[in-house]
Amino acid sequence: MADTRSSLAPPRSFLWTRRVVLTILVLFTLLPVYVMISSSLKPLEDVQSKFTWIPSHLTIRPYIDIWSTVPLARFFLNSAIVSVAATACSVVIAVFAAYGVSRYRFRGKRVFTVTVLSTQMFPGILFLLPLYLIFVNIGKSTGIDLYGSRGGLIITYLTFSLPFAIWMLIGYFDSVPRDLDEAAMVDGCGPFGALFRVVVPAAVPGIVAVAVYAFMTAWGEVLFASVMTNDNTKTLAIGLQNYSTENNVYWNQIMAASLVVSVPVVVGFLLLQRYLVTGLTAGAVK
Amino acid sequence: MTATVTSPSARDAGGEGMSGTGGARKKPRIPGRLRRSVIPYVLLLPAILFELLVHVIPMIVGVVISFRQLTLFFIHNWGAAPWSGLKNYQVAVDFNSAVGKSLLHSFWITVVFTVASVGLCWLFGTTAAIMLQDKFRGRGTLRTIFLIPYALPVYAAVITWAFMFQRDNGMVNHLIHDQLHLTDHASFWLIGNNSFVTLLVVSLWKGWPFAFLIVMAGLQNIPGDLYEAAAIDGAGMWQQIRKITMPSLRSVNQVLVLVLFLWTFNDFNTPFVLFGKNGNAPGSADLISFHIYQSSFSSWNFGSGSAMSVLLLLFLLVVTGVYLAVTSRGRKASDG
Repeated sequence: MADTRSSLAPPRSFLWTRRVVLTILVLFTLLPVYVMISSSLKPLEDVQSKFTWIPSHLTIRPYIDIWSTVPLARFFLNSAIVSVAATACSVVIAVFAAYGVSRYRFRGKRVFTVTVLSTQMFPGILFLLPLYLIFVNIGKSTGIDLYGSRGGLIITYLTFSLPFAIWMLIGYFDSVPRDLDEAAMVDGCGPFGALFRVVVPAAVPGIVAVAVYAFMTAWGEVLFASVMTNDNTKTLAIGLQNYSTENNVYWNQIMAASLVVSVPVVVGFLLLQRYLVTGLTAGAVK
Repeated sequence: MTATVTSPSARDAGGEGMSGTGGARKKPRIPGRLRRSVIPYVLLLPAILFELLVHVIPMIVGVVISFRQLTLFFIHNWGAAPWSGLKNYQVAVDFNSAVGKSLLHSFWITVVFTVASVGLCWLFGTTAAIMLQDKFRGRGTLRTIFLIPYALPVYAAVITWAFMFQRDNGMVNHLIHDQLHLTDHASFWLIGNNSFVTLLVVSLWKGWPFAFLIVMAGLQNIPGDLYEAAAIDGAGMWQQIRKITMPSLRSVNQVLVLVLFLWTFNDFNTPFVLFGKNGNAPGSADLISFHIYQSSFSSWNFGSGSAMSVLLLLFLLVVTGVYLAVTSRGRKASDG
């Protein structure tokens, strides 16, 4: 691991610098987290008047009210459906594509990998307007409602995580010895049998990491959600803004809701961060 | 995301596929060869289909409608929108007109913002990664804490910052005005010139953990012998960082800075969540993606919005091309 310099005791100047710098970074990082948690436990008067570090009294009221002030449960469900479906599709598609690239030589391989990866760098706004037009016009001519539907969002989101997923899985699959799937083929498995019985089980950490990444991407997407959803399909990214009305901004509820919607991804990420870091290490420096 | 562009080609050249190891090469049987040559395409087909639908085709459509006068009237029937030649582009780059002037302004704001944000993110991320390189008590906890901003959904985090930057009931004014007395009066942070600082702080908070993550991954590949050898030669801590750590991170940095640049330059989420409620970003924080979005959806003039997006893409392509050419040449020179 990274404890490569432990043989040498670092000088005091370094230790002190380290202590100071890391303390500042921790404060900077946790400041919003503290504000989020403490404000979510404050009564409304507290968050509408001058800020206080400590709540005047603690209340869990905001956590009850968030569900009735806006249809949070519906936004939650929409986000969950869209993110889970996009993640599942993205992982399956990426497994196939990465297997193809990792194990076969074929014409157009380089074009494929370069094209897929370069879509990652293009500004989202460039796709947004045309995609909106395409979805609206597909709906008009075929009756398939992509605009404003969860299906449209799922299709869109799965492609956002696809480039990273494919690239990371290629790295993982390359590290699975070819002898293993050749042996499986000799035993009578087809290429798909070899993929699912040998390669996929050996690459589980990579697949988990890719799934976490895909889920986080979909759960946090704002730009396309702001245009491609309606009142029924609105996701959390847009729904949270409903807590501020003309007359009132329920900051304590916004903080409570922010915390509630963050929990699934943050917990998932922290539990599985090891996989993601390993996955990045496997690919990043190749 | 990281060293992506180079790795597939290397694999392409060196890696011998399954097809080469089977019997097909020695004794060409047509059906077997045919099946084998079709399989990779079958495997790639779903990925290709979705990439076409969501990225390639919209991009082509985007270029096409940038040459059309596509206004609200034609949204549901875009084929009927009249061609307008280069008119959308002329309006966008006519810096005497209101549209062109505000686009240019937004562009410069975005450039300054991006340079500042990427620089700081890289600095914070690299510093933290190097300081967590040695084993010490609490190292794992610190790493987890530092990754929280990366894990939080963007909108939840940014909305919290929006609350903190409120003038009357925000935490920032309470701290710097009421408690530390650094300012004469409570300042506005989400309108006016201060909003640039606001945007930068939020962007840094959100962006540096990614740099940290990538540099940390890069550090793990530096062999420990290098440090030991340097220590035997009498190199101190700071010298080791300068002479061993930084040069070893070169290729990681090349990709990291590019990715940070592209993400920051295209950042839409931060201004949207911070300022979206007011309808418009303040002039000093008018990032280009949000600018194009606002001007497209307030006027419903998708033709001119697409022209601006295409210009943005061309700019990014040129910058990326030049960047890769310059940094790769620098790398080759120093390697050789």
